[in-house]
Amino acid sequence: MLIGLPVTMAMPDRFSRTEFGEVLRDNVLEILSVGLLALFFVDLLNSLANGTLALSRLMTLVWDGLIVGLALGLAGIGLSMTYSILGFANVAHGDTMTAGAFVGWGVVFLITGFGNAPLGELLLLGVGGDLSASDLGISLLARPLAVFLGIVLTGAITAGIVLSLDRYVFRPLRDASSLMVLIASVGVAFLLRYLIVFFYSPSQRALAVVPEAVALGTFNGFPVVSASRQALQNSESFLKLPFAFGGDTSVLLQIDAHEILLVVVTILLMLGLHLLLQRTKLGKSMRAMADNEALARSRGIPTERVIRWTWIIGGSTTGIAGFLIVLERGTMSFQFGWLLLLLIFAAVVLGGIGSIYGAIVGGIVIGLTTRLSLVWLPEATFARPVAFLIMILVLIARPKGLFGGRIVG
Amino acid sequence: MSTVGGIVDQVRTRLKESEYGDASLIVGIMLAIYVLYVLFGLSLGFNLNGQINALQRITFLTAVFAMAGLALNLHWGYTGLFNVGIAGFMAIGVYVMGIATAPIDPESASAIPGLGLPVPVGIVLGIVAAALAGLIISLPALRLKADYLAIVTLGFSEIIRLSFSSSTLQQFTIGGYTMGTGGNSGLNLAGDPSRLVRDFYETGFGIAPLDSVSNGIVTAFNSVGIERVVAINVTYTMLVVLVLVLVYFMMWRLGNSPFGRTLRAIREDEETARALGKDTRLLKAKSFAIGCGLLGLAAIFWQGSRGLTTPDTYLIELTVFVWIVVIIGGTGSNTGTVLGAALFVSLLQEGPRYLRNVIRNSFEVPRAPTSIADAFGSLGGGDPLPLVAYVFEELAALQFVILGVVLILIVQRNPKGLMGHRKEPASTLNLMDPRPESQTDSGTQEATDE
Repeated sequence: MLIGLPVTMAMPDRFSRTEFGEVLRDNVLEILSVGLLALFFVDLLNSLANGTLALSRLMTLVWDGLIVGLALGLAGIGLSMTYSILGFANVAHGDTMTAGAFVGWGVVFLITGFGNAPLGELLLLGVGGDLSASDLGISLLARPLAVFLGIVLTGAITAGIVLSLDRYVFRPLRDASSLMVLIASVGVAFLLRYLIVFFYSPSQRALAVVPEAVALGTFNGFPVVSASRQALQNSESFLKLPFAFGGDTSVLLQIDAHEILLVVVTILLMLGLHLLLQRTKLGKSMRAMADNEALARSRGIPTERVIRWTWIIGGSTTGIAGFLIVLERGTMSFQFGWLLLLLIFAAVVLGGIGSIYGAIVGGIVIGLTTRLSLVWLPEATFARPVAFLIMILVLIARPKGLFGGRIVG
Repeated sequence: MSTVGGIVDQVRTRLKESEYGDASLIVGIMLAIYVLYVLFGLSLGFNLNGQINALQRITFLTAVFAMAGLALNLHWGYTGLFNVGIAGFMAIGVYVMGIATAPIDPESASAIPGLGLPVPVGIVLGIVAAALAGLIISLPALRLKADYLAIVTLGFSEIIRLSFSSSTLQQFTIGGYTMGTGGNSGLNLAGDPSRLVRDFYETGFGIAPLDSVSNGIVTAFNSVGIERVVAINVTYTMLVVLVLVLVYFMMWRLGNSPFGRTLRAIREDEETARALGKDTRLLKAKSFAIGCGLLGLAAIFWQGSRGLTTPDTYLIELTVFVWIVVIIGGTGSNTGTVLGAALFVSLLQEGPRYLRNVIRNSFEVPRAPTSIADAFGSLGGGDPLPLVAYVFEELAALQFVILGVVLILIVQRNPKGLMGHRKEPASTLNLMDPRPESQTDSGTQEATDE
């Protein structure tokens, strides 16, 4: 009793201490960062008001950030899922995306250019010949079928790649410590990245034609949507709101079809994944495995099958994200997946490892941060370091991410 | 693939049974590598200077990677800290050294001025800066799970690399001193460690007796037909090997000190170490900072003879190289790390290139086709030579692929590496000595306690 007494005495004491001051002390970093964010927001409004920052630039940065963020979120889902279900940080994730995109685009080239150039040259994306992107003219508007086939096939190809990687590299390591698997995934990253260099040569290449962008802006103060910048200035618009702000004519934002495609496909896939994970037995099994694998297996969940589906879902979404990013940018190099990997990690960490919403929100936050930070940064080189810095601070201050938990879905 | 495992097991038992000490083991392996490269050199028709230069290069790279490997071994092998930011700490060491030693008023207008400090001061500053960076990143990060530490250090090294490549930091002025990183085009290392060697040969540091000594050495080298340039290179490599020996000795002392034993206790079970009253966070931070300082040192001597360092040197690839060195050798074993460096440099990094040149030299290999599709096309037509030529042309990429495969195979088949199974005695008295049978028992026991 004597030993038990202080414990029971301590209980109410602990509760009474969780007061405002305690909350403040526990969340000092969060409060500081919210304050810092508010400060940046005020400064943003200020520069908008005094004209040092044009509204069109801000809108372009936000739109770009949103696109990058959605793509990062989509690519992050796979990383997040393998991290929570298989328990290791997959460093090869970015290079898997690159590998899928290279093979997938090769197939798209084959479909569109069949008969116009040797097969090998098409599959190798023009290596060894003088094939250029403008010859094939791949864009959503010019070749919609090729683009849609590309999306589907790249998803399937990337899923195939990760399945074979799992079969030969990761499955034998199921019982190894997560750090040894991480080291093996570094090996996989090297293997994939330099196989691409070996086959496709290291040069950056143009693959798609960037379509003409729709212009959003004002004509004599009336908000309008026109087919192009030129059309807007010539007062040709297909949508015109009946009220005016001020009286000037300006283009605020240009959006092209590939950007819209990326946004639409990403949102559709995310909704689909949400339903899959929340409503199906597979989703429930995944969540069970993320929580406690041994328990899940003892309850009769076929863990190997769940793992296979994890790879398939993660791989195909990653592949599709890669294809859409390349389509939107128009160019691709063997490093693009690796360069995105740390940003994807940042997004996943920010949102909380294992959480799909977390990956999406984290992606959008990271995307917006890398673009909006350009307002203050002296040069674009620092945009990525800012994202990594946020990632490091989140890991140190709130390792569970903004939404916490290891729950898929 | 089981044959590879068999060979490794054989090598392991040999290593275990060998009566020779660690030093003779390393010397023996190096001699075997030298024989291999002399054979390469002979078939390539190298003259004496070429042969010596090739051996010198192998030794130099081995020493440098062994140094970096020893640092990582302190992190990963001794303390269990998963550092993937190696390239970043190396970059800090080299850049701080370069900025500190660059002349205040450079002769050419395009060169970036620095602080104009003497070379030894610059080296110390570089090491201290890398160690400080390690300390700063480790204090908050060491609380994290090991794989989070990996992500943090990876992000950190990318932040460092991108910052050094930025044009904002290309040249800046603090407190009246103008300095800079040189941006994307790199930093001229006007006062690097090899400058010490060159000064010794040119002026003997301005001290007459030393000057006559250096002249005597050059004459001695000349008398056996070795050129002055090669003599300078060999001397620099000797200097680096000497530093490696010092570092090795330091790690050995450190590993057998109470500090080192506590680090190993942390690696095995941090909770228990803490329960025994050890301030594990402080010890981990110390270990991390010392290792980062050593990484800086290794990088300074590595880049110290090139005259220029660029941000692209410090990509993730460099980090992976050092990891491969430690993993081949066996985590936790200093001797294994040095052996790993020797094998990595001679067989994985330089070897394939020499082998290619030997084959190119002795067989008629046609011009490489422009794409692998053409190469496969001729292979289908019964002519494998274009494919061989293509492989030779793209050997650099293929080497990285091989590195990836090696990494995967080691993790899958021999995660303990060549010498990681070995229990390096933690006590100054070898308690295992009187009963050799129980030593093998403890070896297998250790293998299962991961």
